[in-house]
Amino acid sequence: MSNGYHIVVCGSIVPDPLQTLEPIETFAGPALKNEMLLPAVLDPWAGHALYEAANLASHAPGSKVWLVSLGAKAKLQQVMMTIAQKVSFELIPIDGPAGGFTDAHATAAVLAEAIQSIAGLDRSRLLLFGGWESASRGAGVTMQLIGERLGILDQFQGVDQLTVQPDGSFEILERIEGGRHQVSLCQGASVLFGWATGNLPEPRNNPQIGMANMRAIMPALQRAKTTAPVADAMRYRSASPPKQQRQTRIVKNLSADEIAQEIVAWIEKA
Amino acid sequence: MTKNILLLAHLDEFGDGLPKAAWEALGAAIELAKELNASLSIGLIGGDVKAAADSLANAEAHRLLAVAGPEFVQPRYASDLLAADGLCRAVSPDLVLAPATSRFLRALPGLAHRLKGRVDTHITSVQVIDGALCATRWFYRQRIEGVFQRDTRPWILLLDSGCHEPFCGPAGKANVEEIAVALPAEAQRTTIAGIRAPKSDSQTIRPDAAMLFVAGAGWTKKQPDGKSHPEQAETLILDFLRASGASLGGSKSLVDQSGENQAVLGFMTHLNQVGQTGATPRHPKGLSTCCHGEEPHVVGWRFINERRAINLDPNCGWARGKADVLYVADAFQVMAKVNELLKKP
Repeated sequence: MSNGYHIVVCGSIVPDPLQTLEPIETFAGPALKNEMLLPAVLDPWAGHALYEAANLASHAPGSKVWLVSLGAKAKLQQVMMTIAQKVSFELIPIDGPAGGFTDAHATAAVLAEAIQSIAGLDRSRLLLFGGWESASRGAGVTMQLIGERLGILDQFQGVDQLTVQPDGSFEILERIEGGRHQVSLCQGASVLFGWATGNLPEPRNNPQIGMANMRAIMPALQRAKTTAPVADAMRYRSASPPKQQRQTRIVKNLSADEIAQEIVAWIEKA
Repeated sequence: MTKNILLLAHLDEFGDGLPKAAWEALGAAIELAKELNASLSIGLIGGDVKAAADSLANAEAHRLLAVAGPEFVQPRYASDLLAADGLCRAVSPDLVLAPATSRFLRALPGLAHRLKGRVDTHITSVQVIDGALCATRWFYRQRIEGVFQRDTRPWILLLDSGCHEPFCGPAGKANVEEIAVALPAEAQRTTIAGIRAPKSDSQTIRPDAAMLFVAGAGWTKKQPDGKSHPEQAETLILDFLRASGASLGGSKSLVDQSGENQAVLGFMTHLNQVGQTGATPRHPKGLSTCCHGEEPHVVGWRFINERRAINLDPNCGWARGKADVLYVADAFQVMAKVNELLKKP
């Protein structure tokens, strides 16, 4: 494609998966205890989407990648220090809540508005990328709602592979039930892709890319609009971690033979 | 007050029946309609819906509607969305229940936008609490369970499979109201070219299996002889899967190795990944091997009832209340013996 793509990646930040998450009640509903103190990372699926976007852009001259991210400004800055070293992009930050209990509809409205306000965005070349779910809310609806607001009728979820065909059309592999992929052919932009894992490894840190990115990211963060998504009468009755704690029997002194017999008996028990 | 419930379902990929998750969602819808004294309608999407409709003849539905035709056979966002939109506008429901299949997870969120309603997915139960309709789902990838309600209607809820007893009733002769939906050209820019699946003898993901077998990164690490033995690990694991019929899962550290040029198990892909950034399968039993059982992985075991693990470290995560039994042993030795026993007639 001679003019390349305009790829907009929607990606939020989530608590580092290794952290213990404890819900608390606030006046605005449930939240995480010490949420602002928890180390954050770019949502894993959004990360895959960003790396796939950068890879696609590198193979289509004239392409540009934007990362639209809603989150607390201080957290966004922390995460960008790492992500900015991976691939080139322009950050469109929005300062606001990005926790798992925030309503996906309200988040989608804020993100769609931010995308519509991107200067120079050519909708005829638009590829909207994001994670098919997130590690926080895991709603699996935000991207579709943004797509509807932007009038995108070709949408794919659980995408693991996107191949540009010689005629400019796309071949898309989406995850479906039973560990299989549905293969779709789409005529071309504008298209929405909710990424699963993709096929690319995480890019290595490149300080030169990082410095180039951060020159634009820091001013963008300073200019970030503050927003408070409207909760739209979504009310939580409870939010609690699972209470089940198993009484683990630790078996140390059995031979491999004895363990195997015990396991097989367990497997064969109805 | 919820007075009008619509159950949406699509035909399965063979085109003549409904997927298992749809029968479960129907079971939930019937139960809820009775509790709320609400009217239940069923809307079908697919090519030829007659056989499926007849199987629903005794499902206690007030109306049975369908958007049918060859252009609605393929799972495609634009056509599924228009079909579901046509059914909803014909029924004007307060509440829409649907199975959380990949097809509906793709299309129905957009429907909520078009109907000016709201949508929630991965619902594990729907119940009436103090007269209010409430839904339950997990947040932060199975780490926090939330119960919530919404005021906006219609409210579209996609129910996860395995959370409700399926409806089971005799077939009959159904009267189907066909809803005409025209597909504009812009809704047909996408075509489905088929389904890509591993060969049947190498398909390791089996959602209906009685057991989940999880392999961790330890299978590719150096063994007591100072060398790694990925070929032996592959043989042991595949032999076990063949003999037991188990479904294969992997830890993130193991499936990521293929992108990092380390020793890998050839059959293990990201589709197998279980955990915070992978799948959360539902099986009655689970056996973990060479995996430390840290929290980001174990959240993927939320819906595994009986759990056992084999690990060399007696202080691994499984020992801290996450498994019923932890065998402190070498998985290479144990699984070789297990396979021998399973092969015996």
